[in-house]
Amino acid sequence: MSKKLRTRKHQVVLNRSVGGDAGITFFLVIMGAFMFLPLLYVVLQALKPLDELWMFPPRFYVINPTLQNFGDLFSLMSDSWVPFSRYIFNTVFISVVGTAGNLLLGSMAAYALSKLKFPGRDFMFNLIVKSLMFTSTVTGIATFITMSLLHWVDTYFAVIVPAFGSTLGLYLMKQFMESSVPDATLESARLDGASEFYTFWVIAMPMVKPGWLTMIVYSFNGLWNSGASIYIYSEQLKTLNYAIGQITAGGIARAGASAAATVVMMAVPIIVFVVTQSNIIETMGSSGMKD
Amino acid sequence: MSKKTAAATASGGEHAVSRKDLTRAQWVWKEMKTNKTGYFMVAPFMIIFLVFTVIPVILSIFLSFTSFNMLQPPKFLFLDNYIRLFLDDDIFITAIKNTLIFAAITGPTSYLLSLLVAWFINELSPRVRAIVTLIFYAPSIGGNVYLIWGTLFSSDAQGWVNGWLLNMGLINEPILWFFNANYVMPLCIVVALWTSLGTSFLSFIAGLQGIDKSYYEAAAVDGIKNRWQELWYVTLPVMKPMLMFGAVLAITGSFGFGGIVTALCGFPSVDYSAWTITHHLDDYGGQRWETGYASAIAVILFAMQLGANMLIQKLLSKVGQ
Repeated sequence: MSKKLRTRKHQVVLNRSVGGDAGITFFLVIMGAFMFLPLLYVVLQALKPLDELWMFPPRFYVINPTLQNFGDLFSLMSDSWVPFSRYIFNTVFISVVGTAGNLLLGSMAAYALSKLKFPGRDFMFNLIVKSLMFTSTVTGIATFITMSLLHWVDTYFAVIVPAFGSTLGLYLMKQFMESSVPDATLESARLDGASEFYTFWVIAMPMVKPGWLTMIVYSFNGLWNSGASIYIYSEQLKTLNYAIGQITAGGIARAGASAAATVVMMAVPIIVFVVTQSNIIETMGSSGMKD
Repeated sequence: MSKKTAAATASGGEHAVSRKDLTRAQWVWKEMKTNKTGYFMVAPFMIIFLVFTVIPVILSIFLSFTSFNMLQPPKFLFLDNYIRLFLDDDIFITAIKNTLIFAAITGPTSYLLSLLVAWFINELSPRVRAIVTLIFYAPSIGGNVYLIWGTLFSSDAQGWVNGWLLNMGLINEPILWFFNANYVMPLCIVVALWTSLGTSFLSFIAGLQGIDKSYYEAAAVDGIKNRWQELWYVTLPVMKPMLMFGAVLAITGSFGFGGIVTALCGFPSVDYSAWTITHHLDDYGGQRWETGYASAIAVILFAMQLGANMLIQKLLSKVGQ
């Protein structure tokens, strides 16, 4: 029995029907449009001059693109209550310190949980996996009480320290270390007299670059997008996302500036993802849960 | 795994003292001392994790049996908060109903969507696949970008959808999309789905990429006829760990839904039409400071999320067995 094999780019394509390919392409195009057009619309809105924002019927496309809205956003920023640079500093400070702490503490714990053996290890990892099964809103109130006891309410600590203990990054790192750091390499380092900390930092960490890039991206995106926090009252400690929310809450008169703000805020995580995409996908290769 | 075998596995089996000479507690203590570096390395993370995740859960469960306003010491009520929630709080019943509807629709749909799209783009060239991945993933990381749906479905004639419907003569006056109880739920579900191709989507892409091509060739020889059979008999069983991980994220996300509704429909949404447990929790915990009552709400949300997750994990672990 000889079956005619289809080829694509000189490789045999198994069991693929033309109809199936067409159907899949159609589905992807429709879904792609659903995902992409709103994103495109934000960018186009940000480029529209005032008269086009109020045109009837509203147009999807922009006729005379302008950067005026970004300029408006800038001037709106300059008459905010506290200097706008303060919001930018807060967000950058929180994002950088929170991410660094999560990376250091998380990857050290991931190393111990994946490569060392000690009583209670599996129990600890089990708890961490369970923590992925509920949202942080559940613990919000009790965490507030903890924060008050620590006198951390209305300080940077309230936002930064809990971010150190974020579990998704640690979970991904632990799984990735398990699959991509060979035990034999660690064992030979130990036989050479290396301490466990040295083995972790000098031998294991360079082998899991995609893992820590992923941790950085996840932690950074989360903190970058953090808005109003229930633990923060002072205007001087609030974030860029919160401040931009205040600007855009100015209503329809600020529609253009608001779209410009959204474009600025979304550009950062998207650029970060574009740069690190291949590393993140590589890390995800070991993200699976074993039962 | 029982504790005994856990301790035995942890031993590494290269110690001079025989396991039999020691009581279990002595053995564990010895193991703990020889492996103290492990504890040093997990300690900084675990302490923060305990203080900000584990202890708050326990504290919430305790507070849910009390009346507490953060000023006076908690007063023990036993089950009164729960009785009040289920028998005396109509809005909470609405919240449960809405949360279950959201979860039942957005959870499975986003999960299947992530899987289907990841599967469909799997055979594209790496460059095209990277671009398509970005397009589908971007809405989930773009911060507040979902607010654009508020502009598209704005309540005035300047909203893009209303503008076109008016212009084509299909309606005579603008529809109050996000402020009309009939449209709020469906629209919020659409927006939720728009932002839902996140981490599990990436995990599925990676899982599919990691499957050895020789499995498919062997399956073709064994008589697999089309790509659907290939998916069912080869791909899904191999990807099971990713499917379980993706399910956890999908379930947690779909039950914790609320932020998008607040941003687009206001707080509360019109006639509580999209009021979820998260909103009820915010209302009592963040605005009314009825901390004991709010803790009971948090405990119910916690139980629902954990329960749904454990149930689905159990079901998924049976796939391919």
